[in-house]
Amino acid sequence: MSKKLLLEKAHVEGIRYYDVYRREGGYRSVEKALKTMGPEAIVEEVKKSGLRGRGGAGFPAGMKWSFIAKPEGVPRHLVCNADESEPGTFKDRYLMEFIPHLLIEGLIVSSFALGSNDTYIYIRGEYAWIVDILEQAIEEAKQNGFLGKNILGTGFDCNIHVQRGAGAYICGEETALIESLEGKRGNPRIKPPFPAVQGLWMRPTVVNNVETLAAVVPIINIGGEEYAKIGVGRSTGTKLISACGNINKPGVYEIDMTISVEEFIYSDEYCGGIPNGKKLKACIPGGSSVPILPANLLLKTAKGETRYMNYESLGDGGFATGTMMGSGGFIVLDEDQCVVRHTLSLARFYRHESCGQCSPCREGTGWMEKILKNIEYGHGKLSDIDLLWDIQRKIEGNTICPLGDAAAWPVAAAIRHFRDEFEWHVLHPEEAQKRNYGLAHYADPIHVPVTA
Amino acid sequence: MSEQLFKVTIDNITIEVPPGTTILNAARKIGGDVAPPAMCYYSKLEGSGGKCRTCLVEVSKGSEKDPRPMPKLVASCRTTVMDGMEVKNITSERVVDARAGVVEFLLLNHPLDCPICDQAGECHLQDLSYEHGKEATRYEFQRRTFTKHDLGPYIQLHMTRCILCYRCVFTADQLTKKREHGVLDRGDHSEIATLIEKSLDNDFIGNVIDVCPVGALTDKTFRFKNRVWFLKAMDAHRDCPTCSGKVTLWNRGDEVYRVTARKDQWGEVEDWICNTCRFEKKKTSDWVIEGPRLINRHSVISQGHYAGSVGTVKPTETFKAVNDGRQPRLLMDIHDISEVNQPGTFLSEIERPAHSTDFNSKKA
Repeated sequence: MSKKLLLEKAHVEGIRYYDVYRREGGYRSVEKALKTMGPEAIVEEVKKSGLRGRGGAGFPAGMKWSFIAKPEGVPRHLVCNADESEPGTFKDRYLMEFIPHLLIEGLIVSSFALGSNDTYIYIRGEYAWIVDILEQAIEEAKQNGFLGKNILGTGFDCNIHVQRGAGAYICGEETALIESLEGKRGNPRIKPPFPAVQGLWMRPTVVNNVETLAAVVPIINIGGEEYAKIGVGRSTGTKLISACGNINKPGVYEIDMTISVEEFIYSDEYCGGIPNGKKLKACIPGGSSVPILPANLLLKTAKGETRYMNYESLGDGGFATGTMMGSGGFIVLDEDQCVVRHTLSLARFYRHESCGQCSPCREGTGWMEKILKNIEYGHGKLSDIDLLWDIQRKIEGNTICPLGDAAAWPVAAAIRHFRDEFEWHVLHPEEAQKRNYGLAHYADPIHVPVTA
Repeated sequence: MSEQLFKVTIDNITIEVPPGTTILNAARKIGGDVAPPAMCYYSKLEGSGGKCRTCLVEVSKGSEKDPRPMPKLVASCRTTVMDGMEVKNITSERVVDARAGVVEFLLLNHPLDCPICDQAGECHLQDLSYEHGKEATRYEFQRRTFTKHDLGPYIQLHMTRCILCYRCVFTADQLTKKREHGVLDRGDHSEIATLIEKSLDNDFIGNVIDVCPVGALTDKTFRFKNRVWFLKAMDAHRDCPTCSGKVTLWNRGDEVYRVTARKDQWGEVEDWICNTCRFEKKKTSDWVIEGPRLINRHSVISQGHYAGSVGTVKPTETFKAVNDGRQPRLLMDIHDISEVNQPGTFLSEIERPAHSTDFNSKKA
């Protein structure tokens, strides 16, 4: 059984409320950090822990913190990115809804470490009810002296403000989030300058994901070195995975990143296998933007080694035979699922969510969606597949923010691994319409040879 | 004390520029084909650039201190140079490929109606697609359409031609000190519009026409009255209480068809002009004529100057002829197209015209 650090107390009745949370050992890290550690020591501890940003990019959190500029007399800000909008990703929602004080506690410690007296939670607009939960938790923390002026008599002042987004996926990108928080259209900024130098209101700012900030609590409580012992390699600590799709037990799981993908899908502790005895066809292990992998490459790497649920193992082989840990939105597809339809669905999402600032993303995402629609509905040509490949190639890496990459990668991976399914759609339009794919051979990892 | 200069090499040509200079501006100092095209960047507008992605370049060496190449292509209009930086523009296959892609993307929803577009002859997208595009499109879908917005008596908006460069939005925000209009919606449905059918009537709002790189914003007082290549551009000025009064008049005979701000070699306005000068002073007697404006020989506008009474006469391209039909701009990366040259020889370091001995492979 995986070690639990974030969701350890999630099952305790009433843990949403301050009294219960405190009784269960909550806010110990605030006392420890503010009374016995200085800001530098906290940053060092986070560095030692090897904690990587849990929003998707996986950049070392301690290193990101150490980049923050400290000009004299200029306020600094911490912003919590709770704009969880990636299809398949819903872990932060669980954490904020069921154990909100964990996030508040992590925010207080992190704000102290970064010197932020005004900290913001930018939350996805659709999570309306969670805003109430968070505001209640903030109020409780304030009443008990953990927020507001002179916290615990240490002279540190901190306020946390909750700001609702208007439901744009792009506002999860840190610079677009900052623009939106400033009351402007949520368009990504061109970097540099990076937010650590000029962020919110042109002040030094750190933007971290909910799970990342919540993970600061156990890091302070048990120490960075102890935290780093959990997990494997550079995938330290625990990770929340939101599993969905064709599995028996969809939900949010906390794993310690040493378990194999196979164990995660088939064991009763986690996903509990595929419903109705169907075979595994493919999986997107890190939220909709990361490349899809067919079953054979998902369970084993191209070298035939076991694939594990961690950053390094999932990324093994690059995009040719690997994928990414991403945000941990684990989407499973059984043998009945159509990759073309699935890719069209994602393309539609990214077309809709492109901010429209830069040409490759604005125009390319729409073009890809139209071609995929043609293929899906039996009007495609074989040359469309190569055209799709070329379009995604021209989008990837050429846009202001990573949304272009997020739109390109799923299309690229779908063509790379399921090209004959696309061809089958083109060559058998009527059968494709009837949703009789006849492509279950993909679902058998044993009989499909690995092609590196 | 003299300011320390950064040495930057762009397409094998080395130049020294002050710190803080962008790659694009460094390349513009060299000029010619080395300067990347820019559809959204406008040196006179704060915050512009980085959006259209036409100015992407490859940084093959980050700096003297950190020589690692940058993994992705970067927007040259927003990336500042470092000392020892090496940049590839037209000498990079990646850049050429990406730029062709950007041109294709920009043209997806831009109707190719140059024959009837009022911007024909002055359209930057037209030039860009000629220089960097492909001869055919692979797009087979209906182009998007928009509901028409009325922006008032002076400015015509053709949203179908807009490439969302944001220049007009920056102009209105920064020049008129009043938020006139902006971008509504997002993705490929984004559109330039006023919120509720508002007129654009600020004193300086006419400048949005000049900054528009395509035919999305045109002058209602001039539309369809003539073609720019039939007009004679004259520098003129008047004593204007609102602006500098320095303009370019576009005449046919003695009649003033259009008044615009004067533009530099990069097609950017030198001095913003007011609405009165632009829209209301259409008589020669309103102006003090300074003389003919110098128009680039390669510009479509200058075509008429080569013409007889019928058709045009194309100047002989001597350079191309002696170079076996190769485009002159490819000479910038001589060693990529010719085996006799040495990659280590930088044209800019030779203190005289390059000679065959400079590329002698037997030389050390």
